[in-house]
Amino acid sequence: MAAVLFFIAGIGVIAGAVAVVALRNPFYSVLGLVAHLLSLAALFLLLRAEFVAAAQVIVYAGAVMVLYVFVVSYVGLQDEPWRGSRVSSGGATLKAGATLFCGALLVELCIALLGSGLKAIDSRGAGYVPGFGSPTQIGDLLLTKFLFVFEVASFLLLIAAVGAVVLARRRGGLHDEEWTVSVASLLRSPTLGSMAEAVGTTMATPSRGAPGEPAPETGHGRGEPFPWTHRGGGQREPGPGTEAGGSAGEGGQHPGARERGDHREEGGW
Amino acid sequence: MNIGWYLVVSAFVFCIGAAGVLTRRNPIVILLCLELMLNAANLALIAFSRMWGNAQGQIFALIVIVVAACEVAVGLGLIVAIYRRRLPIDVDELRELQG
Repeated sequence: MAAVLFFIAGIGVIAGAVAVVALRNPFYSVLGLVAHLLSLAALFLLLRAEFVAAAQVIVYAGAVMVLYVFVVSYVGLQDEPWRGSRVSSGGATLKAGATLFCGALLVELCIALLGSGLKAIDSRGAGYVPGFGSPTQIGDLLLTKFLFVFEVASFLLLIAAVGAVVLARRRGGLHDEEWTVSVASLLRSPTLGSMAEAVGTTMATPSRGAPGEPAPETGHGRGEPFPWTHRGGGQREPGPGTEAGGSAGEGGQHPGARERGDHREEGGW
Repeated sequence: MNIGWYLVVSAFVFCIGAAGVLTRRNPIVILLCLELMLNAANLALIAFSRMWGNAQGQIFALIVIVVAACEVAVGLGLIVAIYRRRLPIDVDELRELQG
């Protein structure tokens, strides 16, 4: 029974791997990898690694493959051309050489594995104790003996998440349409479309309070009421809106000034 | 089944993945083939873990899964950044660093 399951799962694993490499459409390659991962989880179950099999299905076939599918459909389903538009002239030779190299590697690995004199490889492994590979044992090991590894893995995941967001962020200034949008946002009124305009405090506040009178509750200096207000007005065209924002930026001006500062940073990118 | 057969399957998958990395030109497919190679290593680790009756190899496989997930996140972010800059998504044409 175990042998039958092993052969079915092993054929599934190898067929999925061949499908990943051989299919020209990247979307079909992703689907081939999903089949490969599910068969591999069956092999893990045969090896009594229950928790790793479950994590494989959930993390790989669930989360990572969804990420792949999204990126493939975002980038576009371009079939790889068989030849043509190839910059290097020796492409076919290199491909044949690479395939030959991998075949030689496979033959060497099989000779090393099947012809080795190790007794344990030809056995079925150590005797099965109940609880081997269960979540209890894995959690016990992860939180006692491999606690440092566990923490480092969490930190690595954090770094990778931040790095992925930074890499895939939308950058303006390189593409024409985005640059046009940012110029337009620089030239228009600073509070146009901001939240302060919707609330209606932007134009009303300087006229309501006396313009030259410092607000008693703010402890900031007169010349620079808020640092972000000054920075936001510095690179903008000197207009009446900027002057009003720079001179009478006290009192109820707080949300408007912050909104302008954020807006300018977004326009710069 | 003997442990050796699992290792043979692992060797097959590793070589197929290596051939894919060396021959394909789409970076997404190259990432997929890297996943294949990491999965082959995982299968070997878990087979050896079963051979010794010791669950520490499974911890190793879990950490490999974590590192593979990080690699996928960063690699796909790079591909999206390449796409946004209107560069060709082809590792043969992205060769400005070649000199």
